[in-house]
Amino acid sequence: MKIQIKHGRVIDPMSRRDGVADIFIAAGKIVAIGEAPADFHANRVIDAAGLVVCPGLVDLSVRLREPGFEYRATLESEMLAAAAGGITSLACPPGTDPPLDEPGLVEMLKFRARNLPGPRVYPIGAMTQKLEGQMLTEMAELREAGCVAFTQADAPMTDTQVLLRAMEYAATFGFSLWLRPQDVSLAKGGVAHDGAVASRLGLPGIPALAETVALATILQLARETGARIHLARLSTYDGIAMVRAAKAQGLAITCDVAATHVHLSENDLMGFDAHLHLVPPLRSLRDRDGLREALRDGSIDAMCSDHTPVDEDAKQVPFGESQAGASGVELLLPLTLKWAREMGVPLLQAIDLITWKPAQILGVPAGTLAVGAAADVCIFDESAEWIVTPQTLASQGNNTPFLGHPMPGRVRYTLIDGHIDFEARA
Amino acid sequence: MNVQLTPDGRLRHLLTLDGLPRAILTQILDTAESFMDVGEREVKKVPLLRGKSIFNLFFEPSTRTRTTFEIAAKRLSADVVNLNIATSSQTKGEAILDTVDNLAAMHADMFVVRHSQSGAAHFIARHVAPHISVVNAGDGRHAHPTQGLLDMFTIRRYKGAFHNLTVAIVGDVLHSRVARSQIHALTTLGVPEVRVIGPKTLLPTGVEQMGVKVFHDMEAGLAGCDVVIMLRLQNERMKGALLPSSQEYFKFFGLTPEKLALAKPDAIVMHPGPMNRGVEIASEVADGPQSVILPQVTYGIAVRMAVMAMLAGGTTA
Amino acid sequence: MHASLPDVDSLIAQLAAAIAPTLTPDTAIVGIHTGGVWVAERLHGLLQRPQPMGTLDISFYRDDFSRIGLHPQVKPSNLPFDVEGRDLLLVDDVLHTGRTVRAAMNELFDYGRPASIRLAVLVDRGGHELPIRPDFAGLVLAVPPHQNINLSRLDDGHLTLSLA
Repeated sequence: MKIQIKHGRVIDPMSRRDGVADIFIAAGKIVAIGEAPADFHANRVIDAAGLVVCPGLVDLSVRLREPGFEYRATLESEMLAAAAGGITSLACPPGTDPPLDEPGLVEMLKFRARNLPGPRVYPIGAMTQKLEGQMLTEMAELREAGCVAFTQADAPMTDTQVLLRAMEYAATFGFSLWLRPQDVSLAKGGVAHDGAVASRLGLPGIPALAETVALATILQLARETGARIHLARLSTYDGIAMVRAAKAQGLAITCDVAATHVHLSENDLMGFDAHLHLVPPLRSLRDRDGLREALRDGSIDAMCSDHTPVDEDAKQVPFGESQAGASGVELLLPLTLKWAREMGVPLLQAIDLITWKPAQILGVPAGTLAVGAAADVCIFDESAEWIVTPQTLASQGNNTPFLGHPMPGRVRYTLIDGHIDFEARA
Repeated sequence: MNVQLTPDGRLRHLLTLDGLPRAILTQILDTAESFMDVGEREVKKVPLLRGKSIFNLFFEPSTRTRTTFEIAAKRLSADVVNLNIATSSQTKGEAILDTVDNLAAMHADMFVVRHSQSGAAHFIARHVAPHISVVNAGDGRHAHPTQGLLDMFTIRRYKGAFHNLTVAIVGDVLHSRVARSQIHALTTLGVPEVRVIGPKTLLPTGVEQMGVKVFHDMEAGLAGCDVVIMLRLQNERMKGALLPSSQEYFKFFGLTPEKLALAKPDAIVMHPGPMNRGVEIASEVADGPQSVILPQVTYGIAVRMAVMAMLAGGTTA
Repeated sequence: MHASLPDVDSLIAQLAAAIAPTLTPDTAIVGIHTGGVWVAERLHGLLQRPQPMGTLDISFYRDDFSRIGLHPQVKPSNLPFDVEGRDLLLVDDVLHTGRTVRAAMNELFDYGRPASIRLAVLVDRGGHELPIRPDFAGLVLAVPPHQNINLSRLDDGHLTLSLA
């Protein structure tokens, strides 16, 4: 299959390219940009005039709900939803049932994913057995089975000695650990940011301290062990300041933020809508604005969807009893564009945060339109405006706090390995 | 976006006092005043809510509050059904909506809801059919609007007005839905100085943003007060990480005659009940001449009648 | 209906004259809010009753509550005497459908069982919907259904009738 993408505005953050050009794809790879190779006869020509052609999105956190939670969403439904969102590579955390703590489970997931259309799936392995925070997993074996990094996901890490050992062990092999900084004791019982809004609503709070105290521990251990640490889902102004300082000191850490937290704050909780029950909690406007600025200045390396499909029953309960999380694969691109517009950030820089940079964190060959790279491409209409409704979402989880909100940018085509995995209805 | 009001500004649900206009609060208090004498009559009933069905949905047990709502509803001639729903099952969330749907199918006109989760009354109000009103009888730590209103009614009866008062709320504000409703009502009704007094472990983060002054020294906080509201300290908070002991709490934050003497000589003492004598309040004060704790209970019925009457009328237009 | 309406003070004086011979020593006067209370106050003064006067706000007894809701300014009812076994003179400004009087009687019975109730109105405008007729009327005037006759009180306390 040979595909020619014609007249699109090609944006490739890795090569800093931003301009109208044709892209030529053959045998699943990008074979040329600009001039057609000799003897190139396209089987399919995509007219991308007026559209943006960029690398397929790389999402650092997509819960696929398999194995164990198929009633919330299936691998199939979520893979299709991700493709509809322009995502061509995704990392899935091990918070499944059972958790991804054995090579067999990882191989099974990879096998299932390979046989379905949709993005490349990169499992993140469990850092401790059953995610219980006590015994290390066979990280090297898991790595061979396909895990690209290791994490506790949202499971608590209560024992700092185990955390130290995990870092030492991971550093032995050069594996990356992904940690979401949250002190379990300080967060105990909380469902919302401990601030003026939670106080007003009487919702038990999770203080910003829960993040910064855990972060201090992680940063200190990382300095000592030299482990490669990726900090997942930062949420506080003070936490970002700590990361910024640590990076300035030369510590090799990276971090990401969920797209929801770039746009929402505790103020949005006033009606007790359970769709706004997220982990980490939506924090103050100061925190949110800190995230927005840190994305611009590069202190935060990537934006992810933190996609968490939750079935409607688990949201149709009072706020504090509801299951946390928001569905988001189809909103990652729109929310990134919305942030870029509001902040006056160039498109190239915005797209970098959801393509090339997260691919570097994952350590996988993705997120670029370089000649010779796999033809993972997202083609979207930057000027399209649409309203988020259950009907406009493909995910099985309709649990998004953005229902009814207008969004900029609509994906028109998603190509994975040179194959059109998603094509918007005209 | 105030779910509590109809488009023309009338009360549709009573979920919280936060954000309710002063005119509505005053109207409830005025209406309650008219209901005060109904309890004195030969027939302690008016026919206002004849044919209406009110369901007391108590997901959290409370005999006291449920009883006052029941008496109020019966004095309005409504049919009252009490449901005490156990909250032990894991699927309690589904149970809420199932219960609500079932009762709506039995032609309920009003739900009086008590639940251990903040926001539960909002959740039900968002779900019910347009002709059904929801009254929040206490949700988690969030709100207890009828208690807040009866406290305002009490203050107005004894002090006449709100614009010249200093009011202190003492104790476990962190876990208190009553305190939150009182604070919103007091600030809306124009009380110039609302104080909260308690140890740092029992005051919510950023409570000043609700328009109150914070005191950790009870003696300083009580100085010059016209109204002293004591909050109940739940048993489970009396020892542990929030407080070392009830004895130490009483010593520093319990209301004794000596501490009360620091308030104005004509200050009144209130408590939403049930009281822990010797923990947050000394018996001499609870039973003393400045205590209006028993009248509060009486007023509670008139205030709840007013709320239900205002919610139930004009819905079949 | 352009003829000027009679002077209210003289209507009340006529009413008082008609009522006076029928009063028993413990007859109590009860006015219905708001206009009925104004008329009752005048009658109470003219008839020099020893008992204090009663007032009724029938908001809690209205039969149109489900349709229109609670009146935004409910006033307390106040009957400063024992209703049980007493002769009552119920006073309203205008008798129209009779529903207000019915509600008032219902309310009175919730205070006790009176020996008798008689009804005095300043104006009987017709349009009755219930078998309720005044025992005493200052003025009987057939007002068309689309019109209203209202009693109002000026700042100086003077009462006037108007058609609208």
